[in-house]
Amino acid sequence: MNVEEILAGKGVCVCAGSGGVGKTTTAAVIALGMAARGLKVAVVTIDPALRLANALGLEELSNEPSLVSAELLGTPLEGELWAMMLDAKRTFDELIELVAPTPERAEEIKANRVYRELSTAVSGSQEFTAVSKLYELVIEGGFDLVVLDTPPSRNALDFLEAPARLMSFLDGRALQLFLRPTGFGMRIVGAGAGPLLGALRRVTGVDLLADLTTFFGLLGPMTEVFSQRAREVEALLRSDRTAFVLVTSAQSEPIDEAIWFRRRLDEANLPFAGVVINRFHHDLGSGESSEAVASELASLVGADLGARLLANLSDYHVLAARDAANVARLQRELVDGEPLLPVPQFDDDIHDVAGLLRVQEYLFGTDQRRAELLEDLIA
Amino acid sequence: MPSGLLERRLIFVTGKGGVGKSTVSLALGIAAARRGLRTIVAEVGGDDRLARSAGSGRGAPFEEVEVSPGLFTISISPEDAMGEYLRIKGGAFGGALSHSRLFATFAMATPGMRELLTVGKVWELSQAQRRTRDAEPYDLVIVDSPATGHGRGLLRTPRTFSEIAAVGPIAHQAGAIAATIADRSFTAVVAVATPEEMPVNETLSLHASLLQDGLDLDAVLVNACYPQRFDLADLERLQKANRRRASVRARAAIRAALSEHERAEVQREQRARLAHAFDGRLSTLPFVFSPSIGIGELQQLADTLEQELR
Repeated sequence: MNVEEILAGKGVCVCAGSGGVGKTTTAAVIALGMAARGLKVAVVTIDPALRLANALGLEELSNEPSLVSAELLGTPLEGELWAMMLDAKRTFDELIELVAPTPERAEEIKANRVYRELSTAVSGSQEFTAVSKLYELVIEGGFDLVVLDTPPSRNALDFLEAPARLMSFLDGRALQLFLRPTGFGMRIVGAGAGPLLGALRRVTGVDLLADLTTFFGLLGPMTEVFSQRAREVEALLRSDRTAFVLVTSAQSEPIDEAIWFRRRLDEANLPFAGVVINRFHHDLGSGESSEAVASELASLVGADLGARLLANLSDYHVLAARDAANVARLQRELVDGEPLLPVPQFDDDIHDVAGLLRVQEYLFGTDQRRAELLEDLIA
Repeated sequence: MPSGLLERRLIFVTGKGGVGKSTVSLALGIAAARRGLRTIVAEVGGDDRLARSAGSGRGAPFEEVEVSPGLFTISISPEDAMGEYLRIKGGAFGGALSHSRLFATFAMATPGMRELLTVGKVWELSQAQRRTRDAEPYDLVIVDSPATGHGRGLLRTPRTFSEIAAVGPIAHQAGAIAATIADRSFTAVVAVATPEEMPVNETLSLHASLLQDGLDLDAVLVNACYPQRFDLADLERLQKANRRRASVRARAAIRAALSEHERAEVQREQRARLAHAFDGRLSTLPFVFSPSIGIGELQQLADTLEQELR
C-alpha cells in the first residue's frame, strides 16, 4: 500500500514522530504528492529547513496558507498545493481576537503577563495552536486534505497531550474551585480560605496570583469557545476522516518511540494509518566470500584502497543489520496489512523539489515500482 | 572545547531532537567520573532512560542511582520536584498541599511552573549544601536538557519568574537560580549538533537567543561525524572502477564508498558553518558504527572527550 491508497478519502493527515526523523520533509512530500494527484492540499509546517521552506516558496512565518506556484515547483500539479509555517504566537493572538467580546478586551488579555508567557514560552502552546489551526483549515478552509507536521519534541506523545493540558489550564476550573469560598480546595485541606490562599501565595508569589486571577477574570466568559473548539478537533482526530502517519528513522530510540506511539494511538482511539521509515540503510547484498571480493577489489582499485572499501562496506552493513532488526521489531507491532514504507538514507539532505520528488517515488510508488527502486539501489 | 569545562559545577547539554544529547551527556559524565569528580547526569521530563543506557537497571523515578563508581543518574519530573519543594518549604501545610491533586493540577498548569520546578531541582543538586536531608553534594551536575526550544525555556524560566512573581519565596528562589545559571564560572551551556543543515541552524539560532538572554554557549559538540576515508585521488579511481564490470558485492563496496564520500563532504560543509561561528569552542565526536549505543560505546566516546578536554 502506498500513501495515495492510505489517504484515500481522508481529510486530515497528521505526521507524528520524535524529533529529528524527517517529519517536516515527509509532510511536504505527502502534500506535494496528493496535490499532484488532483487534490486541494494544505501543508502546515512547524519548523522547515530554510532551503526547504524556500523550495516551497515560504519566505517567512505566516498564518494563512499561501498557494505554491506550480512554475516555482517546476513540477505539474493537477490539484493545488498550499503551504504555511505556523506562527504559534500569532495564531494564539488571532484566537483571542476572534473570541473576545470587544477589541478592548482582546487588547487587555494580550497585554496580560500570564498570557504573554502562555502564548510564547510555554511547552504546549505550539501544540495547542497547531491543533487550533487544523480546526480552521479543515472546518472552514475548503481543503480536500490538510497535512499537519507536528512540533519537534523529544516525546511524540506531547503532541496529543499538550493541548489537553493547556485546555485544563485555560478552563481555569481548578483555580476557580480554589478561589470559591465553598470550593473543593477548602474541603480537601479542611481549613478556611485564608490559610489556603496564604499557602498559594507562599508558593507562587502574590503578584503571580493577582495576574492569574485577572487573566481568568478576563478569559472566563470565553473558555466555552476554547473548549468547544478543542472538543471538535478531538472528534475530528478520532474520526475516519483522519490518518495518523508515524514518521521515524530506523535507529533504536525513534523506533522505540514509534512502537510506544503506535500503542498509544490504539489506546486513545486515534486512527493509525501507516509508518514511514526515513534514512533506512538497505542491505547491499552479500554473496561471494569476502576473500573473493577482496581480491576482485584489489585488482580493480589496488590492495590499499580495496581494503578500505571493504572496511567501509562492513561498517555500512552494521547499520543495515541494525536497521533491519529495528524495523522487524516495529513490524511485529503492526497488524497485517498496515503499511510500512522505508525511504533510503540519501547522500545529501533533502532540501529542494528534486529531493522531495525523489522521496515521493518511495512513498507513492506501486509495490512493484518500490521493489524496482530497491533493486536499483542494491545492484 | 574549553579545557576548563569539567571544572564547572553545572553543565546544561542541549540541541535539536535526535542529535545524541543523552549519549553526549553520559559520555561527558563518564569522563568527569574518571577524573574523580562525583558526577550526576540528570534527565528531565520524566523519561527515565538514562540509568538503563548507562548499564544499570531502572531506578525509581527521582532517585539518585549510582550507575558506576562516582557516576549517578536521576530522572526529574516536575511533579516529583514539586512534592519535594513543598515538603522542604511548606512544612506540614506544604506536605498537605503536596497530596492535593487539585493543587497539583493548578500548579502544573501555571505557565512555566513545570520548567521552574525542574530547573529548581537541578539547582538543588548542584549546591554544596544540599537542601534534601542526608544528601551528599556533587562536584558536577550534567543536565540532559530537552530539545533546543524547550531547553532555552529551562534556562530562561527562572529569570522570567523572578520578574513576574516579583515578591515572595518563589521570586526569591527563582532569582537565586537565575543568578546561578548566569554565573559562567559555575554554569556552562553545551550544544550538541550533528553536521546537518537543521541541527546546525538550530544551534546558530539557539546561540543568538542565549545571547539575548545574557547567556552564551561554552562549547559546541559536533556529533556523529563520518571519518574521512577517501581522498580525491581515491574518488577518481572509484568513479572509474564504478563504470567497469564487477560482481554485485564489489559494486556494492564501491557504491557504499562513493556514498560515504558524498555524505562526509556534505557534513564538512555543515561543520564549517559551526567552525565559523564557534571557533575554539568546537569539538568533534565520531559516528559510531554499532547496532546500539551501549556502555562500551559510551566509554569510547568518553575517551574522545577526554582527549578534546586536554
